[in-house]
Amino acid sequence: MSAQTAVASFLDQTGAMVASYLDACVHCGNCATACHFYEASGDPRHTPIHKLLPLAKAYRRHKAPFSSFKRVLGLAPAEVTEGELQEWQELIYDTCTMCGRCTLVCPMGIDIATLVHVSRRGMVAAGLAPPELMAVAERSRDEGSPLGVTPEKLKERIEWLRDEYDVEIPLDKPKAQVLLTASSIETMKYPHSLAAMAKILNHAGEDWTFSTRGYEATNFGLLAGHIDVSETMVCRIVETAEALGAKLVILPECGHAYGALRWSGANIIGRELQFEVLQIAEYLAKLKREGRLKLSPLTESITFHDPCQVARRGGATDAPREVLAGFARDFREMDHAGNGNWCCGGGGGVSTITRANDLRHKTFEIKMRQVEGTGAGMLVSSCANCRQTFDDDKAFYNWDRDVGSLVELVADHLVQ
Amino acid sequence: MTFLDFVQGPLWTVAGWVFVLGVLWRIIGMLRLPGRRDLSAGRGSGFAGGLRAAFRHFLPASGFGGRTAYHVVAGYMFHIGLFVLVLFGAPHVAFIAEKFGVSWAALPNWAFILVSEIAFAGLIMLYLRRLLDPVMRVISDADDHIGSLLVFLVMLTGCLALAQSFTVLKAVHMLTVDLLLLYFPFSRLMHTFMFAWSRSYTGAMYGRRGAPL
Repeated sequence: MSAQTAVASFLDQTGAMVASYLDACVHCGNCATACHFYEASGDPRHTPIHKLLPLAKAYRRHKAPFSSFKRVLGLAPAEVTEGELQEWQELIYDTCTMCGRCTLVCPMGIDIATLVHVSRRGMVAAGLAPPELMAVAERSRDEGSPLGVTPEKLKERIEWLRDEYDVEIPLDKPKAQVLLTASSIETMKYPHSLAAMAKILNHAGEDWTFSTRGYEATNFGLLAGHIDVSETMVCRIVETAEALGAKLVILPECGHAYGALRWSGANIIGRELQFEVLQIAEYLAKLKREGRLKLSPLTESITFHDPCQVARRGGATDAPREVLAGFARDFREMDHAGNGNWCCGGGGGVSTITRANDLRHKTFEIKMRQVEGTGAGMLVSSCANCRQTFDDDKAFYNWDRDVGSLVELVADHLVQ
Repeated sequence: MTFLDFVQGPLWTVAGWVFVLGVLWRIIGMLRLPGRRDLSAGRGSGFAGGLRAAFRHFLPASGFGGRTAYHVVAGYMFHIGLFVLVLFGAPHVAFIAEKFGVSWAALPNWAFILVSEIAFAGLIMLYLRRLLDPVMRVISDADDHIGSLLVFLVMLTGCLALAQSFTVLKAVHMLTVDLLLLYFPFSRLMHTFMFAWSRSYTGAMYGRRGAPL
């Protein structure tokens, strides 16, 4: 029964784009060379296109042109079974961060991340998604955030931040022009980032606020493939911004939050957004261009990790470099930096799946090689999920480099 | 009616129509599925991105160095070789002139043989990779093997028929061509056409986001 539900969902989501992908693939295997999980494991099952086999089988059996003809002749692929889907759960969730690196190398330009998302939605519909990831997604719907940051908790946290960092942080300020959002990873684990964003917005003289309704930028519904949760999370921000009459929503250092609101938000709610959306690195670059960001030099050697959903799949690759230009005096690019960057290994919800930890740690060896190749002392990113993954891996390997955040570095070097 | 008359007469006609109508059915079948208008505020042009990706992905991706070199080199040897043979092989030019009434310059015999060798080497390299590489073994299915084998047989019988000294060799070549045309629309050989849409769809998505692809 659950396999039928998954197949029905696969087929329901298969429009012209998905069909063109499934019809164009020549099984060339190049996608394996781009995948950090295959790179780390050497396991052929981790070849990105192989992760989509249930979806491809369902399409060829039920929806592709000539599929009924092939079914009659016994030439269509076998029906997708629940056992097969259970086996594929690990491939669809634990070993794909939807980073999109495989799309670069695919001769057919297939966006495998899109197909993984389609597969995940089918798995959720059938109740076959990893329980840990589902719990995180549902907690964000029920409590307001995946890490239990309820509106009350946010209020407490902001009061503490005001005292601790001596920074003015407006909350629920009526008619603010800018709505600032946060990732609960920052709220709970990297509160310095929240204070840093507040300092920067105050420095720029913005009329801004946090909200106790639309505060959570992460969207684990989108990562899990739980479309209802994903819609709820997008709606909270959209409705808050619209109630304020805000002209700008700033997303924090969170990769997938950018994809969720900037690129998928309007499509998820079915109408255009009435406000501009900027990731904090884009906002910083804008301030710098407008001469509104005065910084003292950063002298430590740093390298920058591009979050996949902001850079390769988000189109904002240049923003952090604009910010770092002239500010970071010893900035070193790593191999594959920019759009071809290797993923942190923990995106796409993978960091929430405990059984995926061993392989995820192994993928960090790629990042260590990249960073050590530059000789830089600090690995900086503008994604709290990447940063958390790096911190976890740093502890695992006793790695001797520092891990940092762009927004924190900028805030710490503001010149009044 | 001789065997040759049959394979280049009625069977050719049937195979040709199955090919043309089958390919059209596959493409129309894909295009009639729903698409969705992207409501996000675009940073760049989806149209330009789609067009760029459709051509850009003919070139190997930068940043992957030697990792994809074998596949890229073998792929181009085979594909370019095959297209040159199909379009400019003297017997093909003559055949097209007879069937469709149009003709153009043909390759000299020595060039045909040279190009055949390049195309064969490419196809064999690709197929060896499919047989031996653990990744390829996991992702390959019957369709991949049948498609490769049919193309190989078409090329092999074509070379054998090149001297045109034995009618039966030409007939066998025509038979394999007919079989390939009959198989084509039902198989992954459809990538010949589908690549344009898969690249363009992704290119449009990325172009809209201002992300190079």
